[in-house]
Amino acid sequence: MTQEQSAKKGRKIQPRVAMPEQPARERSGNFDEVALGYRREDALAETARCIQCKNPKCRKGCPVEIDIKGFIGRLQQDDLSGAHEIIRQYNSLPAVCGRVCPQESQCEGACVLAAKGEPVAIGRLERYVADTFAASGACEQLTGTRECTLDRPLRVACVGGGPAGLSCAGHLAALGVKVTVFEALHEVGGVLVYGIPRFRLPKAVVRREVEAMRALGVEFVTNWVAGRTFQLRELMEQGFDAVFIGVGAGLPRFLNVPGENLLGVYSANEYLTRVNLGRAFSFPDHDTPPPHTGRVVVVGGGNVAMDAARTALRLGADEVTILYRRTEAEMPARAEETHHALEEGVKLRCLCSPIAFNGDADMKLTSVTAQLMELGAPDESGRCRPVCVEGASEEIPADTAVIAVGTRPNPILLEATPELELNKWGYIQADPETGETSMPNVFAGGDIVTGAATVISAMGAGRRAAKTIAERFLG
Amino acid sequence: MYKIVNKRSLIPGQTSMLVIEAPQVALKAEPGNFVMLRVHEQGERIPLTIADADPEAGTITLVFLVVGKTTAHLDSLEEGDSLQDVCGPLGRPTEIESRGTVVCVGGGTGVAAMHHIAKGHARAGNRVIAIVGARSESLLLFCDELAGFCPEVRIATDDGSRGHKGFVTQVLQRLIDEGEEIAEVVAVGPVPMMRAVAELTRPYGIKTTVSLNSIMVDGIGMCGACRCSVGGETRFACVDGPEFDGHEVDFDELWRRLGQFREQEAVSREHFHQCRCGESK
Ligand SMILES: Cc1cc2nc3c(=O)[nH]c(=O)nc-3n(C[C@H](O)[C@H](O)[C@H](O)COP(=O)(O)OP(=O)(O)OC[C@H]3O[C@@H](n4cnc5c(N)ncnc54)[C@H](O)[C@@H]3O)c2cc1C
Ligand SMILES: Cc1cc2nc3c(=O)[nH]c(=O)nc-3n(C[C@H](O)[C@H](O)[C@H](O)COP(=O)(O)OP(=O)(O)OC[C@H]3O[C@@H](n4cnc5c(N)ncnc54)[C@H](O)[C@@H]3O)c2cc1C
Ligand code: SF4
Ligand code: FES
Repeated sequence: MTQEQSAKKGRKIQPRVAMPEQPARERSGNFDEVALGYRREDALAETARCIQCKNPKCRKGCPVEIDIKGFIGRLQQDDLSGAHEIIRQYNSLPAVCGRVCPQESQCEGACVLAAKGEPVAIGRLERYVADTFAASGACEQLTGTRECTLDRPLRVACVGGGPAGLSCAGHLAALGVKVTVFEALHEVGGVLVYGIPRFRLPKAVVRREVEAMRALGVEFVTNWVAGRTFQLRELMEQGFDAVFIGVGAGLPRFLNVPGENLLGVYSANEYLTRVNLGRAFSFPDHDTPPPHTGRVVVVGGGNVAMDAARTALRLGADEVTILYRRTEAEMPARAEETHHALEEGVKLRCLCSPIAFNGDADMKLTSVTAQLMELGAPDESGRCRPVCVEGASEEIPADTAVIAVGTRPNPILLEATPELELNKWGYIQADPETGETSMPNVFAGGDIVTGAATVISAMGAGRRAAKTIAERFLG
Repeated sequence: MYKIVNKRSLIPGQTSMLVIEAPQVALKAEPGNFVMLRVHEQGERIPLTIADADPEAGTITLVFLVVGKTTAHLDSLEEGDSLQDVCGPLGRPTEIESRGTVVCVGGGTGVAAMHHIAKGHARAGNRVIAIVGARSESLLLFCDELAGFCPEVRIATDDGSRGHKGFVTQVLQRLIDEGEEIAEVVAVGPVPMMRAVAELTRPYGIKTTVSLNSIMVDGIGMCGACRCSVGGETRFACVDGPEFDGHEVDFDELWRRLGQFREQEAVSREHFHQCRCGESK
C-alpha cells in the first residue's frame, strides 16, 4: 500500500490551518507584515496533519533537504527546541525561508497530502519554529554552549551578503571556521534588505538572523565592493584559504523601447531600493526621496513585480496596474503573492506588453503604449509564447512606470576578475555539485551562477560550497 | 566609521573640502573615481568624486557644493566627526595615456574632480593646460594646486574679476584658434558647461570627455537610476562611467533627469532646517 493510499484510508485529514493575516483594507495602508504567523494552537493543529510518511516526499522537494518529517515529528511531541535544532542543521535563515520560499512548488508541492489538495503547511511551521526561537542566542542553540570557539585553522571570505553568502558563512561558522563577509552596500542581506519589502519580510527578521551569525563569530565588512575596493586575488594573498562569491545578479534589465528614460520610469530595483534600503517610506525623517506614485503601471509578472505594485499602493498610488504579456496562469510570481496583491487592490492586465513610453514637453511620463498579445505555441520554457496581435495596441495613462522584467549579471566583479570563466549567458561558471569556479578554491553560487532564482536555491548553493570547503580543508 | 581628519571651508557656506580617513579607498582610488557616502543612519546615499587620495596617510579628499539636505548636513560636520558610510572607489577610472596636450576644463565645484584627472594626465607625461571657470574670483578653486603640475592655468570669471571676462568656452576657443594641437579635452562641471564644451569641440573633431553627475542610488549598478543616453544607447553612469564621450551624450535628458526629485528635495531641505532650528532652541 502506498503512503497516499494509507493517508486516504487512515483517519480523516483535517483542513489546513489558515494563516492569520492583516485585513487587506488595513494593510494596503501600512508597511507592517501582512502574514502574522501561526500562534501556538495553530501550529499544533497544523503539525498534527503530518502523517509522518515512511518515505517522505517533502524533503526531496526542499533545495537544502531539511529533514522536514523530523522537525514536524518533534513538534508533534511538543519539542520546539528539538525541531529548531533539526532545521538549523540544514538552514541558517529559517525565519526568512519560512516567509519567502515558493513552498507550493517545493516541499509542499511534493508532500503526499498535496495530491489530496492540501499539503502540510511546512513553510508556516518552519517560520513558527524560527520565530519562536529567535529570542535565544544562536551559539547556544547550535552548540549547547554560550561561547562559540573559532579554532579551526581555516579562513574563508564570502563576497556578497545575500542569502547565498550568508548561508555559506553560517554553515562554516557553525563548524568553528573563521568567516568574513564582504558586502558592497551598507547593510547586509542582499535582496532580503534592498528588494523584498518589509510587509513581506520585516527587516528585523533579517537583522536577527545576521546577529545570530555575528554571535557565531562571523565578521561583517560593509561598504566593500569586490572588483573595486579589493580584488579576489588579494584575498588569497591576505591569507584567506577559500572564497565564496555570492554577489547576486544585480543589473536591471530594461525593455529597450522608446521613452524608457522619461521621468517617472523606474527599474523595480530603484523603486524598491529607495523604499527598502533607503527607508523612503518614512521620508523626510529618512532622507532618500520616495519614488513617484500617481497612476502606476508595473511591467512584469514575477515576485518583483508584485512587490513593486504593492509598495506603490502603500506609498499612496491612485491606482496600480500590472501589465503582463502572458496570462495569470503563466505568471512566475508565487501564487500567494499574486493573491495578496489582487486582494489589496492591484489590477492585473494580461496579454499586453509595452512598446513605448510617452511623455509631455517636460519629459514626464504620461502614458504607456501597450501591444496586445495572445498565447501561441509553447516555447523552450514550456510556457505558451506570447505573440503580438497584429495592429492591436492600446494607450494606458500613467504617471509612473516600474519595469520588473529581470536582471543581468553585474559587471563590476566579473570585469575585474577575468580569470573567472563565465557561461554563455554571462553568469559565473561553477561546478553544480561543489560550486567551485575556474579559480581554484574560489566558489560561487546564487543568482550570479543561476540567474535570478530563489532565496532557498541561493542558500542551497551556499551550503554546498560550505560543505565542500569544510571537507577539503578540515577533512 | 569614517573620521573627518581635516575640514576646510573653501567658499564659506557654499563649498567645503573634507579629508576623510578611508584607508582601503585611498589605496585603490584612481582619477575619475567617486565614493557613495551616507552622513548618518537616516541619510541618503550620495555620490562625490574623489578629488585626491593619499594612500600613505589613508585618506581621501572630497570637495562638495552645498545644494541640498545631505550636502548641508555634510557641511555642518567638524573635524573629528565621522561619516556613517564611505563606499568606493567606484566608477571606471579615467582612461589616461600619454598622448600630448590635454586641456582640462573645470567649472564650479567640478574643478575638484577635474584636478584629480588633470593630475593623472600630467603624471602620464601629458602636457596639461587647465581652464578654470567661476562666477567671480572669490569662487575660484584649485588654481594654485593646478599650477603645481600644469604649465598653463587659464582662468575665466563671469564678472571679469580675474582672468578672462566670460566663459571657459571662450578661453578654449582662443586656445584652439591659437593653433594649439589638442589631443583631448576633459570637461567637468555643470551640465550646461559640459554641453557647451562638447558643442565647441565637435566641429574640430577633438576627443572630448565629460563626467556625468546623474542621480545615483546604489552606485554599484543595481538600480538603473543613473542611466543616461550615450550614442543612442542606455548606459549606467556608475558602472559604465561616469566619464563618457561628450559628443555622444544626450545632455538634455541628463539635465531633466537631474530635476526628477526637485519637490522632494525641497521638502527635505525644509525638514532639515526645521530640525536644526529645533535643536538650537
Ligand atoms: C523584489 C524581489 C522579490 C523577490 N521575492 C522572492 C521570494 O518571494 N521568494 C524567493 O525565494 N525569492 C525571491 N526573490 C529572489 C531572491 O531574492 C534571489 O534569488 C536571492 O536573493 C539571490 O541571492 P544571492 O545571495 O545570490 O544574491 P543577492 O540577494 O542579490 O545578494 C547579493 C549581495 O551581494 C552584494 N554585492 C554585489 N556585488 C558585490 C561586489 N562586487 N562586492 C561585494 N558585494 C557585492 C549585493 O549588494 C548583495 O547584498 C526576489 C527578488 C527580488 C529582487
Ligand atoms: C559621479 C558623481 C560625482 C559627483 N561628485 C561631486 C563632487 O565632487 N562635488 C559635488 O559637490 N557634487 C558632486 N556630485 C553631485 C552630488 O552628488 C549632489 O550634489 C548631491 O547628491 C546633492 O545632494 P543633496 O541632498 O545635498 O541635494 P538635493 O537637494 O538632494 O539635490 C540637489 C541636486 O543634486 C542632484 N542630486 C540629488 N540627489 C542626488 C544623488 N543621489 N546622486 C547624484 N546627484 C543627486 C540633483 O541634481 C539635485 O537637483 C557628483 C555626482 C555624481 C553622480
Ligand atoms: S510533510 Fe507531507 S510528505 Fe512530509 S512527512 Fe509530513 S505528510 Fe509526509
Ligand atoms: S546608481 Fe544604481 S545603477 Fe547606477
